[in-house]
Amino acid sequence: MSFFLIGMNFEGKDIISIKDCSKKEINFILNYAKKMIPYAKGEKFKDFLKGKVLSSLFFEPSTRTRLSFESAMNRLGGRVIGFSDPGGTSLKKGESLADTIRMADSYSDSIVIRHPQEGAARLAAEFSDAPVLNAGDGAGRHPTQCLLDLFTIFTEKKQIENNNVILLGDLKYGRTVHSLAYALSLYGAELTFVSPNSLKMPKEVVNECVELGIKPVQTSNLEKVIKSADVLYVTRIQRERFPDAEEYNRVVGSYQINKDLLENSKKDLIVMHPLPRVTEINPEIDGTDKALYFKQAFNGVPIRMALLSLVMGGKL
Amino acid sequence: MKELKIPLIKNGTVIDHIPPGNAVKVLRILRIPSKDSSTVSVAMNVKSKIGKKDIVKIENRELDPNEVDKIALIAPKATINIIRDYEVAEKHRVKLPDEIVGIVKCSNPNCVSNKTNEPVKNRFKVIKKDPLRIKCYYCEREPEDISERII
Repeated sequence: MSFFLIGMNFEGKDIISIKDCSKKEINFILNYAKKMIPYAKGEKFKDFLKGKVLSSLFFEPSTRTRLSFESAMNRLGGRVIGFSDPGGTSLKKGESLADTIRMADSYSDSIVIRHPQEGAARLAAEFSDAPVLNAGDGAGRHPTQCLLDLFTIFTEKKQIENNNVILLGDLKYGRTVHSLAYALSLYGAELTFVSPNSLKMPKEVVNECVELGIKPVQTSNLEKVIKSADVLYVTRIQRERFPDAEEYNRVVGSYQINKDLLENSKKDLIVMHPLPRVTEINPEIDGTDKALYFKQAFNGVPIRMALLSLVMGGKL
Repeated sequence: MKELKIPLIKNGTVIDHIPPGNAVKVLRILRIPSKDSSTVSVAMNVKSKIGKKDIVKIENRELDPNEVDKIALIAPKATINIIRDYEVAEKHRVKLPDEIVGIVKCSNPNCVSNKTNEPVKNRFKVIKKDPLRIKCYYCEREPEDISERII
């Protein structure tokens, strides 16, 4: 990976889907984010985005994504306006999203949006001259989560390629795993999809991996594949996806990550989770070297600092 | 003398080689009939050398090739014949554009393009022409049965 890629200009670019970024661009963002770590930790400070204003439009609840975006903007010396609950806005009066975006565009230099409808971020980008960053649209895309997941693998394993990555849990409805499977395939990582039969990875996602030259292994048996994994990416299985409580309890029980299960794993296996978790990772793992999920959550700050800085023309 | 099922036209457009049963959908894509529509003849399930087909003849109107190309969505092998004074003056095969706007509705009920209060049209990117695959510009979903989704 080379850091200095000539002609890489992100100023004014919308970040809507990971598929809008080439592998070269992703590499550039990951390397740029690495340089942001001391600034994200508050060890260094430079106001790259002094005088810039970010509109933070959260039409849906969020903890990590919203706070890390706001932290990122503040750490860069910029200001944040916006809302985390659309209840107090004109949307309640029936205003279209397009009009809300036109207004935010005129008040700020960049817009971050989370919205319950799929495609909302793409629509926002259409009505805004300022760059739009998608912080999750419905069950659709969440590119900054995907980038921070890649960043976590990249910083821990020094590379993304040549890793055997297990994606575990609700692969059918899970928002993060679809983009991640695509992005990991771009890098040629080995993929193993572990899920109950009813929550298997959608065919179109598997096809995308195949088109990129990856043949994912699909199984419902985690124990069988854990030995050879370098990364275990766990997602939450939601109760409402199952017709009865008994079936849900059986499935959730068989995918719980605990010390016993990890005994057979590689010494340097890392366990990731987009959070929030419920019971899928036993807290006994939290203190081990394998537990990367809290660091992963922190990584949201340098990645979002890198993106905000790049799209608003901040110079490191 | 062989009897013609639909008459020859003097001037206008003939759309040939439409898959059987799809002529009505072709008309829908072309927004026919409109208020100022000229005479339109439709023949369905016409026998030909390569099986059955539908044919549409529109009199006194030469369709714009860009508009007509959209019918490749449901009739990828259709041919367009521009008729002038009973002769075929121009002939070409339909060619699907790279983007389809305002013709196909997204199959995702939660897609923002299906919300009535937003000032946007349904919009699809053509990702593969044979076999045809299109993807919603907004939510990236691919409709399974495109012809069922034509507005």
